[in-house]
Amino acid sequence: MAKITLDNLAHSYLPNPTSEDDFALKQLDHDWVDGEAYALLGSSGCGKSTLLNIISGLLTPSQGRILFDGKDVTNAPTAERNIAQVFQFPVVYDTMTVRDNLAFPLKNRGEKPAYIAERVNQIAKMIGMEHELGRKARGLTADAKQKISLGRGMVREDVNALLFDEPLTVIDPHMKWELRTQLKKLHHEFGHTMIYVTHDQTEALTFADKVVVMYDGRVVQIGTPEELFETPEHTFVGYFIGSPGMNVIPAKVDGDKAYINGSYVQLGRGYAPLDGKVEIGVRPEFATLSETDGLPVKIRRIEDVGRHKIIRAEFFGSDINIIANEGTPISADMNRVSFDPAHVNVYANDWRVKGEAA
Amino acid sequence: MEKTVNQKAWFLVLPVLLLVAFSAVIPLMTVVNYAFQDTFGNNVFFWAGLSWFEELIESDRMWAALGRQAIFSAIILAIEIPLGIFVALNMPKKGFWASFCLVLMSLPLLIPWNVVGTIWQIFGRVDIGLLGYTLDKLGISYNYTQDFYAAWITVIVMDVWHWTSLVALLAYAGLQSIPDAYYQAAKIDQASRWNVFRYIELPKMAGVLMIAILLRFMDSFMIYTEPFVVTGGGPGNATTFLSIDLVKMALGQFDLGPAAAFSLMYFLVILLISWVFYTVMTNLDKREG
Amino acid sequence: MADMTVNQSAARSKAAVKVNTRAIVMGIYLLFLLLPIYWLINMSLKTNTEILSSFSLWPRDLTFQNYATILTDPSWYMGYVNSLIYVVMNTVISIVVALPAAYAFSRYSFMGDKHLFFWLLTNRMAPPAVFALPFFQLYSSVGLFDTHIAVALAHCLFNVPLAVWILEGFMRGVPKEIDETAYIDGYSFGRFFIKIFTPLIASGVGVAAFFCFMFSWVELLLSRTLTSVEAKPIAATMTRTVSASGMDWGVLAAAGVLTIVPGALVIYFVRNYIAKGFALGRV
Repeated sequence: MAKITLDNLAHSYLPNPTSEDDFALKQLDHDWVDGEAYALLGSSGCGKSTLLNIISGLLTPSQGRILFDGKDVTNAPTAERNIAQVFQFPVVYDTMTVRDNLAFPLKNRGEKPAYIAERVNQIAKMIGMEHELGRKARGLTADAKQKISLGRGMVREDVNALLFDEPLTVIDPHMKWELRTQLKKLHHEFGHTMIYVTHDQTEALTFADKVVVMYDGRVVQIGTPEELFETPEHTFVGYFIGSPGMNVIPAKVDGDKAYINGSYVQLGRGYAPLDGKVEIGVRPEFATLSETDGLPVKIRRIEDVGRHKIIRAEFFGSDINIIANEGTPISADMNRVSFDPAHVNVYANDWRVKGEAA
Repeated sequence: MEKTVNQKAWFLVLPVLLLVAFSAVIPLMTVVNYAFQDTFGNNVFFWAGLSWFEELIESDRMWAALGRQAIFSAIILAIEIPLGIFVALNMPKKGFWASFCLVLMSLPLLIPWNVVGTIWQIFGRVDIGLLGYTLDKLGISYNYTQDFYAAWITVIVMDVWHWTSLVALLAYAGLQSIPDAYYQAAKIDQASRWNVFRYIELPKMAGVLMIAILLRFMDSFMIYTEPFVVTGGGPGNATTFLSIDLVKMALGQFDLGPAAAFSLMYFLVILLISWVFYTVMTNLDKREG
Repeated sequence: MADMTVNQSAARSKAAVKVNTRAIVMGIYLLFLLLPIYWLINMSLKTNTEILSSFSLWPRDLTFQNYATILTDPSWYMGYVNSLIYVVMNTVISIVVALPAAYAFSRYSFMGDKHLFFWLLTNRMAPPAVFALPFFQLYSSVGLFDTHIAVALAHCLFNVPLAVWILEGFMRGVPKEIDETAYIDGYSFGRFFIKIFTPLIASGVGVAAFFCFMFSWVELLLSRTLTSVEAKPIAATMTRTVSASGMDWGVLAAAGVLTIVPGALVIYFVRNYIAKGFALGRV
């Protein structure tokens, strides 16, 4: 297991990238702490698979270095990196038995048969397939195959990191949950460094200690699920995470007040004058509907999703969402909305501005 | 896919059935007819029973031709299948060079078979052919019309030249269907090149390779035109394969009875072997599906 | 750091060697394929005197006379026309009858379907030599001897089973829901088949047509047996070059080169589909 350092890393699929747009992965420095579980979250084409392939060595970055425990492996082949990867579609060796599949990486390294047998049995128990060891991998269900490819990754004791490239895409919904739980359990037990690529926020938030959100080839925020929820560093993080996502409303910020069409919203912090596109972001969870407090809104629709109600409304020309508790009655007279000042974030050109304590 | 039972589907098959009945069943009945009859000429026939078949079984000529045929098919399968796979593995995966190779490799497949024969007939001639001339200048005695081994080697090299691309193209199609993730996983598992071939590429190619083997077996077993043009079946009977012998017998000597019996046996041998392949193939299909 | 650089350059040179071996293998193989063809072209551009008197790797005395001979003499060039006529006829017939049958095999199960399918395939395994004589008698007795349609029908013997088999493979890949949706939308079978289904398997039709063209174009035994003058294929015409004055090598070579041209054209047009086509819808 190892700490993985990305040093000044960037990648372009073009031979001679000129502008920043040519880079599929924009310049990035980051340490992946040993033994933590990370999720790489973003919509398709945001560069998360590129980053994963650079870590696993399937791609050589066009710029920068990648270090495992301080050792430069930028040009080292995949095999030397001792990493394991589980792919989107289950990759198993169809003609081999489950046992041979699990033993394959060890055999290729020339381990002793006794050791291999012992290790294979351990892993089979871990992934819950000890009864299927003798059968051919062909014809197993997709989730069983994914378990095998996971097991094949973990069978090496010296594995530096486990990488997952959207591993649950082809798995039935109820099996998804089970596999994810199993992954978490394995992580707690064995403490591998895990990097999990996904575009599903639930998967990311439930699996990972830290979530890395990527957008347009750039890492926009790295943080715990809580941080992503409360202080999204970028408006993309705001609306990508959460259901529904954060409300982003154009505003003019002056000191500790944000002005919208002449009315103002109280902010939790004070801000110096800002240039460019200025917006405030409030999660629907921190907006409250009432008859008396706050600014006027026009309610369009109310959706009852069981645990709570989502109110779709119009607020000075922008669409906003408000979440109300299931128990709260909503009446037609409730046409004002107020925001919790502590949870109103200010964005200049899509990036969060920290501000100073008021 | 689940199929629905529908007897009306027969109507859809009817055109094929009529056409094939006309072009296969009626001629085949003629053959069967001849196989059991004899004639003294003037289109008067009488029942000959199994006598033609008995004659055929005892005929050294037929057994010799069958033996040559079996050896020929075995040799060309043993060369073309591995060579085709090897070529497919070395083909560019995409881009201009992939199309370039595909186009050039397909070329021999669309040359009329007698022209294939002509090409090699010319190519191997000591006086005007590049191959024959070069070998001759190197001091290697080479004459495919006189020498037994030279004739065989020429016919085999010609077939390899003609048909290896078919095997290669089929194998290539199989290789193209392997997702990149398999190769990446193999890299991570530190699989050797041989293991990648053995456990990833070969299983994925198995289906198309069965087709390749089946096609090459059938077509090599029926080969007529190419060796006929080059060697005429000689020297002596050295390259007289089944079809060549049959045509000699039927159209040359007009020995209708023996030729018909020969035809039936010939057809049955091919059917039998192909049936074995077919069964293996469909079982493979089932296991995969 | 120093040995890291060494490692890198070693890895790079290893990669370079790998690329080269591939290129070398393909180079040798393509050379092997093209050399005999080149030699044919080379000869077709020489005069007979040059062919027989000297040995040269390229024509010293470049001439197009051999091609001129063929392209000005109807008894020569009609051979090409005849071949093309029956090949196209055969391709069209094979595809048209194979389409509904392949659909039936891919979608329905009916009495005797498996046996029928296998029996069809057995015809692909029938040696043309077996059928040469009976075909001759059959087509003579119905007055079709020496017509294009006779050859086209005879070639159906092996092309129809092949077309059915290829098309069936492609049709299996089309989800059945498409048929059902179309019927629900009120399409009749015929309209559905022509308007919706056939376009969906267009590539399969292309592949089947390619193979029908190929096997009909290259076959000689049956086409020679079933024709004498009117529908004589080019491949049979080529035997004419043997005359009292000896072999006319130059014209023979030129005729050979011209038989390669239609095939080369077909390949060129389908070059982007060849790889997929050879998978026959079964990968």
